[in-house]
Amino acid sequence: MPVYDQNQLLSIIDQASFAMDDVLLYLDTHPCDKAALNYYQYVRDLRQNAKNNYEANFGPLTVDQVRSDQYWTWVQGRWPWEGRGGASVCGTMKNGCSTR
Amino acid sequence: MWNYEKRLQYPVNISQPNPKMAQFIMSQYGGPDGEMGAAMRYLSQRYAMPYDVGKAVLTDIGTEELAHLEIVAAIVHQLTRNLTPEQIEASGFGPYYIDHTTGIWPQAAGGVPFNACEFQSKGDPITDLFEDLAAEQKARSTYDNILRVVKDPEVCDPIRFLREREIVHFQRFGEALRDVQDHLDSRNFYAFNPAFDKTGNHQA
Repeated sequence: MPVYDQNQLLSIIDQASFAMDDVLLYLDTHPCDKAALNYYQYVRDLRQNAKNNYEANFGPLTVDQVRSDQYWTWVQGRWPWEGRGGASVCGTMKNGCSTR
Repeated sequence: MWNYEKRLQYPVNISQPNPKMAQFIMSQYGGPDGEMGAAMRYLSQRYAMPYDVGKAVLTDIGTEELAHLEIVAAIVHQLTRNLTPEQIEASGFGPYYIDHTTGIWPQAAGGVPFNACEFQSKGDPITDLFEDLAAEQKARSTYDNILRVVKDPEVCDPIRFLREREIVHFQRFGEALRDVQDHLDSRNFYAFNPAFDKTGNHQA
């Protein structure tokens, strides 16, 4: 079982998710297409596995995947519109919990 | 209902701010043929659609347009990071900056605020689908216009992705229209409005 890093996993998730997004629109207008249904299952499973792997190791992608019972990890990390560059200046609550 | 995934449908990583381009690209956020209009149009039209295929297409494409809205906002946001007042004044971005700083607010490049007059939800499935076919072409043309003036490859990349999706959506709406027609009498598609009139079978 190969070990992927965070960026590799995200890349797999992005690609499998897009393939799924595209085939699901096709299936909306071709609901009987067996080949498309098979392809959907294939990319859906690829996406789900990569997503589970990512979320177990790097943090939640959806609100129902917060694994920590110590901290609400959903608030952490880069948000999708920030990209790679640019500083995120922390302006969150000053009292109480510390944010990394 | 909607769930949110903490990622973009297509990555946006722009290292060079450019407020002039941001002013142009913001038309795809809140402009007449932009993603906000597209999402609101399709998600509003789906309630009057009598047939399953149409309901699914409008829901799923409308949902994808919300994801595209987010991509456009990410592009504008990254193009307007770390600006100096001199850059703002020189670029034509000044008027927007005065009212919104570098916040994201839905308007057209020319300043018209986003509003519901920029789309129609006519409550007639044939009419609505023709509106949708036109909307996808208008969006494609807008992306064509953007690609003529934007040269930064980090910006062109997500823009090209969004443009290609408009073409695919156009294809799906054509298929949905065909499905609606298949439910109607080919001797006269306009005999009645299946979303409203009681005549005929309203089967899925």
